[in-house]
Amino acid sequence: MTSVPYEQPPPREGLGRRLSRYFYRHPRLSLALLLAVPLGWLVVAYLGSLFVLLLASVWTTDPFTSEVVHTYTFDNFRRIFDEPVYRDVAWRTIRMAGLVTIADAVLAFPIAYYMARVATPRARNILVVAVLMPLWASYLVKAYAWRTILSGAGVLNWALDPFGVSFDGYSTTGLWLVFTYLWLPFMILPIYAGLERIPSSLLEASADLGGKSLRTFWRVTLPLAFPAVVAGSIFTFSLTLGDYIAPKLITSQQFIGTVIYDNHGTNLPVAAAFTLVPIVVMVVYLLVARRLHAFEAL
Amino acid sequence: MTRQHRRITGWAAAMLLVAALAMVAAGCGSSGGSSGGESKASTEIEGLGSSLDEIKSMAKDEGEVDLVIWAGYADKSWAKTFTQQTGCKVVTKDGATSDDMIDLLSTGQYDGVSASGNASVRLMKRGDVAPVNTDLIPNYADVSEGLKNQDYNSLDGQAYGVPHGRGPNLLMWRSDVVTPAPTSWSAIWKPSSTVKKKISIYDDSIFIADAAIYLKATKPDLGIDNPYQLTDEQFTAAVNLLKSLKPNVGEWWADYAKQIQSYANKDVVIGTTWPYQENILKADKKPVVAIKPKEGTTGWSDTWMIYSKAAHPNCMYLWMNYIISPQANAKVAEWFGEAPSNPKACSFTTDKNFCTTMHTNDDAYWKNIYYWTTPTADCGGKGGTCKTQQDWVNAWTEIRG
Repeated sequence: MTSVPYEQPPPREGLGRRLSRYFYRHPRLSLALLLAVPLGWLVVAYLGSLFVLLLASVWTTDPFTSEVVHTYTFDNFRRIFDEPVYRDVAWRTIRMAGLVTIADAVLAFPIAYYMARVATPRARNILVVAVLMPLWASYLVKAYAWRTILSGAGVLNWALDPFGVSFDGYSTTGLWLVFTYLWLPFMILPIYAGLERIPSSLLEASADLGGKSLRTFWRVTLPLAFPAVVAGSIFTFSLTLGDYIAPKLITSQQFIGTVIYDNHGTNLPVAAAFTLVPIVVMVVYLLVARRLHAFEAL
Repeated sequence: MTRQHRRITGWAAAMLLVAALAMVAAGCGSSGGSSGGESKASTEIEGLGSSLDEIKSMAKDEGEVDLVIWAGYADKSWAKTFTQQTGCKVVTKDGATSDDMIDLLSTGQYDGVSASGNASVRLMKRGDVAPVNTDLIPNYADVSEGLKNQDYNSLDGQAYGVPHGRGPNLLMWRSDVVTPAPTSWSAIWKPSSTVKKKISIYDDSIFIADAAIYLKATKPDLGIDNPYQLTDEQFTAAVNLLKSLKPNVGEWWADYAKQIQSYANKDVVIGTTWPYQENILKADKKPVVAIKPKEGTTGWSDTWMIYSKAAHPNCMYLWMNYIISPQANAKVAEWFGEAPSNPKACSFTTDKNFCTTMHTNDDAYWKNIYYWTTPTADCGGKGGTCKTQQDWVNAWTEIRG
């Protein structure tokens, strides 16, 4: 037997160093740990609450105490499909969201165009601040302010009075005005960003090839900016679809949001089942928006 | 992204999803198990002192009481005195409807509630409120006997709170627009052309009872007795009446501030209201008149109740004692416009005739005021089949269209 010369054991490494080596050898584990917190939050807080909501839609309530009873039933969905009132409310809300989106797009485009392509840098900065400013004020304050403006004794009717016109402000039209005002910044900003991204060289090329300004606008600017308009419409459409405060303050009509709000305490399962309507509508809307390349414009 | 990377992310995501769903399911299970137990008539609440002196000293440590209230029930002018006497700061949250109040209380963030009859019965059944030991509330002895141990504030003879006061829902109109002055609810159910589209209606399913009261007077064939216990036929008639009212409604209100603004601006000129709005509008010199119409009306008899897991039970007990003390009860009754529950309050009101104006001891006046209560399938124990609270809520969504 040969004697093995005694070797000094290497000095013990620190815990940190050993951990880091361990993770280096196990890349999957390190990735899993890295993603655990953000993914966990997304899944538990976000998808989890959605899951509970959907689960609630197949429960039922105690007819006396309104407490949720864990008996499974599809009656809530049947109710929502059979009772014409829920269909009317859903249509009314979707129509409102569509009209608000169109109005906002029409209003926002010229403003965004001016900001992106015409205004001096100074004017542009001032306009950006002006567009963002209303977002700093509380939503509730703005909605209440509009309630005062639209009142029969309010500023709007005072201004219309000399012309012999009176406007019923607490109506669907009034609400349409309020929504259009509230969500306008959400439409301006994406369009502004979209227009700014269009290289000037393209417009110059169009001019060089004999395109007049209107033709250039229709054939070059608008097609290139369209995905940005769709991106902005995601905000205006979805925000209108889910809102319940402005409808409560301005009109007496029911919208999806107000029906859910009014039922969440007294009939949670029906409210939960009804939330499926805006979810489905939004999924379809987002799929269409994706085809129109809206996500690349965000 | 390489294939391996994609596999790792997919694996991690799947694992987390399973874990999360398990957690959510576990959460659902436990919350389901705790609710709906039989409420025992034990007045013990964790952390509550066993004598008035002990309660007083423990309240000083709690330093706060959180209340769900009807608008104006805990105004600064008397809540401040309470804080000075007890060291409990009063934090309040207005409820717009009884359903709203139940919802708020069940969040667990409040110590007590001023519940009307249609909330109190459900709260007792749900076990959200605890029975009270009236021996620890000295002022309870002074409360009118007629208000004690009613089915909306007690269960099997055990008190579940202290009576606060009672009052009617009124028909209110702007006297500069509506002439001659109405005496009947027909002013809204059969509106003249001046008030069409300018009617203000309370936005809650309990308002179906107001339709039932009008039908009781005008369509005796239907045989309506109690406006909260309606058979299929009676209920359909009331709902149809409400549907015919809908085109004439200018505004449905649940937020009292919204209604005050609308009356002030003449956006609405007639409708149903609480005495509180009447008082505010009159104080603001607006020409409004409010009456109890000849058919009778709905009304309320409110009870202060303590949350069964109140974080500040000692402050809450002191509040229940304070709010029915002659001085405070007089102030709140006059402020809101209701009859106080403590007759001794009548000598502390600023208007010496207040209790007479409010018909505090005039039993004939209260005879056709139907206090809010929760509709039940067994017609309130009378037998037969009646529409339930759930039917009322569902019908209300349909009426609103």
